[in-house]
Amino acid sequence: MEIPRHWRIKSQRYGLVGEVCPHCEIKIFPPRDVCPNCGGEAKEEYIFSGRGEVYSFTSLYDGPAGFEETTPYTVALIKLEEGPVVTAQLTDLGDASVEIGMPVEMVTRRIRSDGDERGMLIYGYKFRPLGLGPR
Amino acid sequence: MTEVVIAGIGQVPVGEHWDISMRSLAARAILAARKDANGLKPQALYVGNFLGPMVSHQSNLGTLLAQNAGLEGVEAFTIEAAGASGAGAFRMGYLAVSSGYVDTALVVGVEKYTDMIGPGLEHYIGMGMDYDYELMQGITTASQAALLMQRYLYESKAPREAFAEFSLSAHANGAHNPYAMYRKAIKLETYERAEIVSSPLNMFDIAPYADGAAAVILTRSELVRPSELEKMVRVTGSSVVIDRLSLHDRPDPLAFEAAGLSVEQACRQAGILPKDVDFFELSDAYSIFAVLSLEAAGFAKRGEAWKLAQSGAFRLKGELPISTMGGLKARGNPLAATGVYQVVEAVQQLRGQSGANQVAGARRALVQSLGGPASTAITHVLERCT
Ligand SMILES: [Zn+2]
Repeated sequence: MEIPRHWRIKSQRYGLVGEVCPHCEIKIFPPRDVCPNCGGEAKEEYIFSGRGEVYSFTSLYDGPAGFEETTPYTVALIKLEEGPVVTAQLTDLGDASVEIGMPVEMVTRRIRSDGDERGMLIYGYKFRPLGLGPR
Repeated sequence: MTEVVIAGIGQVPVGEHWDISMRSLAARAILAARKDANGLKPQALYVGNFLGPMVSHQSNLGTLLAQNAGLEGVEAFTIEAAGASGAGAFRMGYLAVSSGYVDTALVVGVEKYTDMIGPGLEHYIGMGMDYDYELMQGITTASQAALLMQRYLYESKAPREAFAEFSLSAHANGAHNPYAMYRKAIKLETYERAEIVSSPLNMFDIAPYADGAAAVILTRSELVRPSELEKMVRVTGSSVVIDRLSLHDRPDPLAFEAAGLSVEQACRQAGILPKDVDFFELSDAYSIFAVLSLEAAGFAKRGEAWKLAQSGAFRLKGELPISTMGGLKARGNPLAATGVYQVVEAVQQLRGQSGANQVAGARRALVQSLGGPASTAITHVLERCT
């Protein structure tokens, strides 16, 4: 089990909390110690809207440990409306066929079990097609 | 600057060696290289390894492997850069010898992949990515390549079938490499019928992971008799460039920026242009990696490497042969050992020892190894001494 590790980044997983650089105002996710744009120190919290669009995507038929039971599933690069791109699973797809450019929004879902016999579940962000109703 | 030459090479067949331990695999490659170098005595051993601590529960490989191969009094340690670990160890050997701190260095790349089975393995291989923000989202290295391929198809308008040529060509070359894991050419129908692993990527777009070990011995040219120098190969360019680790942090993931820059730097050091090389051992861990590496190096325009491939440009008799002994695809991809296999194969070509796969008149090679999707790119220029 890796409880401290997962606890440490819970605000990123549950709330998409990143940073805004106080020097150049670029939005950053995931958080970094140094701004990738200007090299200044990045510390100020910024909560992302969770809206974005699909930059690329793939459906996996063979998952790594902790994900075997949920295959097949779709992973995508999501370009957030504030600029950064995140790697995340798509969910609630129903019959929708995924396309590059498809608008999506962030929802909180179960990501995986910790692979431990005590079965620690990990929750975090996934993205679903925009317009499915309240989150 | 001191001239660094490759005085000996050794390799073991790539495959699933259930009955051979990591230390024995490494020892076999080391002994073969030492024999090839006529017993030249190394003062250093640099080990390229990626999975040892996770899959074989074994760290401190420098000491273990040196002891097991009977190398006493050497300095030794491991270099790790995911799939580019072997190339990193080779770079370390080059730096040590060219600086003058070490006269003769032994480099071994070793990977023992089959010490474990099951989905845990996929998880460990994924550790070359960002654990918190990539691996924990359920992504694998194959699906990372699939994300690139999907985007490439969208931007370049290439037909999906265009990728087949890279697999077909590699397997055709692997058929004549006695050290390759797969030694049979495949048909187009085989590629087209292959199982989808991570859409749009199929089984034949992926180089198979395997066990393997390869070794080379580096020394200074003035320590070698002129008569022996003739069959040796010089290292004339060496470069390591890193990108942002995760695809999601790159402004343009298809640019493979580190791969391009590293070719540029290695060629500049060698005083050549990329077009002056006779062949290119690239990192075709996935067919899309071959495409993006060729474009990043400037051998094809952005979005067009697949077109050149259809014309046969990258076959053994084409303008720029690639993966001449089967590449990662057919020789197999023993991760950290791969970068050293690439060097060994390039040396075989430059010595004229490649048999049916010999690139006619090969004098100069470009060799590139990637860790992740060009998160680390390590490139060397190798040239025949005479
Ligand atoms: Zn900034």
